Amino acid sequence: MPSDMILLLGVNHKTTPLAVREQLAVNNGYEAPLQALRTIAGCKEWYLLSTCNRVEIVVVASANAHVEEDIARLLFGSSVAPEHYQNYLYTYRNKEAVHHLFMVATSLDSMIVGEAQILGQLKEAYRYAAELKCTGPVLNKLLHKSFSAAKRVRSETQIGASAVSISYAAVELAKKIFGNLEDKNVLLIGAGEMAELAAEHLVSQGVRKVVVANRTLARAVDLAKRFNGSAVSLDELFSQLEQADIVISSTGAPNVILHKNDVKPIMRARRNEPIFFIDIAVPRDLDPELNDLDNVYLYDIDDLHNVVEINKAERDKEAIKARRIVDEEALKFQNWLESLAVVPTIAALRKKADTICRIELERTLCRLQHLTVDEQKSIEKMAHAISSKMLHDPVSFLKAESCKEQNEIKVEMIRAAFGLVDKD
Amino acid sequence: MNEISQLLFQAVMAASFLALIFYGVFFVKQKEGLRTIARRTLFATGLLQTLYILLRYLQAGNTPITSQHETIVFFAWSVTWAYLSFRWRYTVKNFGTFISLLLFILLLIAAGASRTINPLMPALQSWWLPVHAGIAVISYGFLALGFCGGIMYLLQERELKSKRFGYFFTRLPSLDSLDQLNSHCLAIGFVLLTLGIITGSIWARQAWGTYWHWDPKETWSLITWFLYAAQIHQRFSAGWRGKRAAIMAVIGFASVLFTLWGVTYLLGGVHSYAQ
Repeated sequence: MPSDMILLLGVNHKTTPLAVREQLAVNNGYEAPLQALRTIAGCKEWYLLSTCNRVEIVVVASANAHVEEDIARLLFGSSVAPEHYQNYLYTYRNKEAVHHLFMVATSLDSMIVGEAQILGQLKEAYRYAAELKCTGPVLNKLLHKSFSAAKRVRSETQIGASAVSISYAAVELAKKIFGNLEDKNVLLIGAGEMAELAAEHLVSQGVRKVVVANRTLARAVDLAKRFNGSAVSLDELFSQLEQADIVISSTGAPNVILHKNDVKPIMRARRNEPIFFIDIAVPRDLDPELNDLDNVYLYDIDDLHNVVEINKAERDKEAIKARRIVDEEALKFQNWLESLAVVPTIAALRKKADTICRIELERTLCRLQHLTVDEQKSIEKMAHAISSKMLHDPVSFLKAESCKEQNEIKVEMIRAAFGLVDKD
Repeated sequence: MNEISQLLFQAVMAASFLALIFYGVFFVKQKEGLRTIARRTLFATGLLQTLYILLRYLQAGNTPITSQHETIVFFAWSVTWAYLSFRWRYTVKNFGTFISLLLFILLLIAAGASRTINPLMPALQSWWLPVHAGIAVISYGFLALGFCGGIMYLLQERELKSKRFGYFFTRLPSLDSLDQLNSHCLAIGFVLLTLGIITGSIWARQAWGTYWHWDPKETWSLITWFLYAAQIHQRFSAGWRGKRAAIMAVIGFASVLFTLWGVTYLLGGVHSYAQ
């Protein structure tokens, strides 16, 4: 074990443009690359994580094996020339590798810090690797620890609690107004890109219907088709407002298109069913005074930005806490790993003592046939007691927490002093 | 018997205080485990209150709803069990915190009132007493839930309208769920309130010969009834919901409280127990 290292190689959204990531050789499922890793000499355990934002490979290999290049070649395939690997690839060893993996698992390394998806992806990747018997004691422990680090971050910090993009903020607000979005209707006024993005998030929350109202009907029809919705012309706006629950306005109109006095009768027709206006147009489409009406909630782009800013500040505070948890967990794992380094030596030491005990006991007891069974047992006990008392000090010397860094020296010292032959 | 009863009341107070503390800490910290503890404590205080009322029944020989102390305990009991019956059907985020606060305030008032057991006036010695007074006070329990829901609605609505998200925004549930809560409590509370008034009127006919004789409590019950009836009518006909419904729930409950206390102290009448 002391001669093994943990090696992490990967590319992510920060180091590598999407155009390159798309070309990677490991994009098609887990099975083929995991089997390919098996062929690399020196890899003892390995695992692969592949998401739309990152591809990472973690291997446990003998410290003297040169597996990096083989893994990089496997990762990039023929898409990137070997001399350009360094532009994209990051490599971490041992401590840093563990730390990085925990950062990924806790979503601190994600594009949107605090998102919850990554843990599921990590678990799925691990399941593939475990099913194909690619992982061993070290990676099993490492990955399980990364899951529990992620869970700790979830439960001890509020990192995933707040929305940090305009669209998410709009969804969050809608949920505070309507609770469940599943039976709600969305009306898009204008067919701009921002409106499209916001609508996409709402659709992913399961809203019932999307209606697009636009000056040019053709564009409305195009956009409506994307959401399985219907298109109407702007003339029908008022009658559509009677049915809509969430209205996203993003026209290029120079003036306000909907006034307080237009909406008042609509609210009567809606029997005061709440309505949520999101005005992402600049200049604004909707009369700011709409917000004064009962059961009407109006947020313009600045309001949404404010929500996002508040949430970001909150999240950054939480991220500091989360990073502390990651540091702690990484350190704990490191301790476990280092204690692992002395395990084979302790086992060898005990085995040697046991063997000596057994041989000497056999030799002695042969000559002492007149002893009763009880007396023989006492002598056996004594022999074992002597050997284990002798071993107590060297074993606790090996296990000592105080000088972990010198484990390798300690192991060599003990092995030399007790004449333990290396197995490999 | 009297000592056990005193002890039991102290246990009710202690358990309610604990429930309030647990719900309060849960409100601040939002840790799941705390909610479970708080909920169990509230359930325990519900059981203790039931025991206390039963014991009081044995002591007095009639339904313990005739003195100020007894009525408020019964009121608190209604609030607790109305909440627990709701809880059983659906959850409203952090509703328990507000309920446990109201519950504790009620019990504090009950603790301040005289706990002596007065012999019952002959006019009140009837099985109509538990039916009429019991139903009326249970209706107050549900209307109290509506009041708490209304307060929560107003707090949350203010956050959403002002766009400055403070302490309550993440801790309070969606406006929609609060409005639904309000309408459920209103429906159940109103039906029970109506029944309470009808049974009272039948009893009055038997005891005094007339269905209605404008006793202050009767008048104020009727005012309360009209307030809630108007609210229901407006909800169904004009779609009064949200903020207006929440304000109405608060006003209606104020009228309930006045009917319960104000009338007794300020206006007198046949409903003034504890001479």
